[in-house]
Amino acid sequence: MSDAASMKKEGSMMVGTIEVKAPPAELKREPLVGNGRGPGWISDAICGVSEGKIPMWWWMCFVPSVIMAGVLLSMLFYLGSTGVGVWGPGHPVMWGWAIINFVWWIGIGHAGTLISAILFLLRQKWRTSINRAAEAMTIFAVMCAGIFPLVHIGRIWLGWWLFPIPNSYGIWPQFRSPLMWDVFAVSTYFTVSLLFWYMGLIPDLAVMRDRAKTKIRKFAYGLFSLGWTGSNRHWSNYEKAYLILAGLSTPLVLSVHSIVSLDFAVSQVPGWHTTIFPPYFVAGAVFSGFGMVLSLLVPLRRLLHLEDIITVRHVELMCKVTLGTGSIVTYAYAMEFFIAWYSGNPYERYAFINRATGHYWWGYWAMIFCNCVVPQAFWFKKIRQNMLIVFILSIFVNIGMWFERFVIVVISLHRDFIPANWSWFRPTWVDIMTYMGTFGLFFSLFLLFLRFLPIIAISEVKGITPQADPHHPLGGAKGGHH
Amino acid sequence: MATQKPTYGIIAEFLNAADILHAAEKVRDRGFRKWDVFSPFPIHGMDAAMGLKNSKVGWFSFFGGVTGYTTGMVMIWWMNAVDYAIPVGGKPLFSPFGAFPPSYELTILLGAFGALGGMMFLNRLPRLHHPLLKNKRFAYATHDRYYLVIETSDPKYTENETRTLLESLGSKHIELVEE
Repeated sequence: MSDAASMKKEGSMMVGTIEVKAPPAELKREPLVGNGRGPGWISDAICGVSEGKIPMWWWMCFVPSVIMAGVLLSMLFYLGSTGVGVWGPGHPVMWGWAIINFVWWIGIGHAGTLISAILFLLRQKWRTSINRAAEAMTIFAVMCAGIFPLVHIGRIWLGWWLFPIPNSYGIWPQFRSPLMWDVFAVSTYFTVSLLFWYMGLIPDLAVMRDRAKTKIRKFAYGLFSLGWTGSNRHWSNYEKAYLILAGLSTPLVLSVHSIVSLDFAVSQVPGWHTTIFPPYFVAGAVFSGFGMVLSLLVPLRRLLHLEDIITVRHVELMCKVTLGTGSIVTYAYAMEFFIAWYSGNPYERYAFINRATGHYWWGYWAMIFCNCVVPQAFWFKKIRQNMLIVFILSIFVNIGMWFERFVIVVISLHRDFIPANWSWFRPTWVDIMTYMGTFGLFFSLFLLFLRFLPIIAISEVKGITPQADPHHPLGGAKGGHH
Repeated sequence: MATQKPTYGIIAEFLNAADILHAAEKVRDRGFRKWDVFSPFPIHGMDAAMGLKNSKVGWFSFFGGVTGYTTGMVMIWWMNAVDYAIPVGGKPLFSPFGAFPPSYELTILLGAFGALGGMMFLNRLPRLHHPLLKNKRFAYATHDRYYLVIETSDPKYTENETRTLLESLGSKHIELVEE
């Protein structure tokens, strides 16, 4: 790439008859693909991840993950065969860890859809380097999330009553309940995320097919790439469908966590019955999701040698989104507290004072520290550019958002209206192992994804390089009118 | 060729996005009908260069969405207000507000299926066999090269003239692809 090298040196370049002037210093941006890499290199680098010998670190992560996924299965079997009493929830904290984990996992999923849909509509080209992995994260996180409400109903074998399927009593689900809305929101979210992800994969699976050396790979990638040829007549329909899916996923992602929040807000419990919940939950979800994307991609870009595709600029931009959403969440906490006081409602007021100073004060302050204080570090460029610190801070975000749901679910429920109802909640070992087990499931799936699918949207990254632009000298433009 | 397979078309390779864009404009202006451009990513401006109209995928998605919303509303009304009424707290048996969230989700669900299904239908995918996919060189179409293919079934196609045209457009590698 001699053109790119000369661009670096002199700031402007000449190709043929047109000159591309270097932008003024204040408008200069780091290129989205480092070192002037072109389409061929991008294919090789991304497909290289899933070709060749499986690296040792992959096995070292995969084996424990599968073992933990096995732990999840045995915990679910224990729960199903013995009863929901093996978990901690009981009167009055009926929701316990199951619902905390459900909301936590589903919130994590939201970053994937935000990156793939909303940033697409906003023409944020940097999304192309991270959208595939983030969408995979969404799908696996929603799978982990979906387990909890299903088994939390106690009699798991009656889970199908949640769906409008005729049963022997002839009763239908009761659609005035937000829990029914949730069933539709979460299942739609999973399905549409999967469709979006798969559609993005089709051209990239064709790349893998055309590089495949073994018969099995040729067959599998050939089958799932549906005979994609890269025809422009196909691209034309494909891009339209992609735009529509992005347009549909945007209201979807906003509605899913809003509806999850309505599970709480439609009830009467002090601390839950507030109108700020839908936007506050959505912001929190995006915040936690970006935390998880950072936790996954910061180590991976290094392990997989993809620093030229997921550049420092990408990490910085993600840190900025984390900072922005973290600040919205902080505002929501402050506003909630203010309204609790301003409403003059003694139950509401007590619920909030109890959050900060009651038995579970440590949960509240862990949340405040991780979600409000920690992300403020991302104001500093030095911190955003230090990968180790970014990784550590992103873990804090994940922990903080788990505590947020702990605060909402457990602290609100353990002190409701009548003191006679008050109690204390403690998780059992089964609660803890089930939650740990979902990490096993999540990482098993994610590692399989790393190994067998293109983890970065190859065709989309190629499309944002200057080499892909027919009006750029690197794309072959020679000036003049056409 | 000893086996005498019929020829599918003529394939010309280009090495950068600008060249294929200009080539496509020329081929369009010559009035070819059965031809296509293949690239590893969608090239900005190629639809206009090929003279393609706006994609019709939107209609599939629209009808999917309308079906989803209607299904949701009618289903909830029929289940909760007609077939098996469950009175809860004196609330009306059916309200468009309570029925809205599930109907909204169904709108998106069927709209998304419409978009993907419409894309696949309009592109005639999945397709298990394509003459171009048998061509060794064509494998670079998903890597970093660009191909312009004119089918032999195009009324304007004649082997020598078409080859000369593609050569004049700057292609360094031209070959015939068999069916």
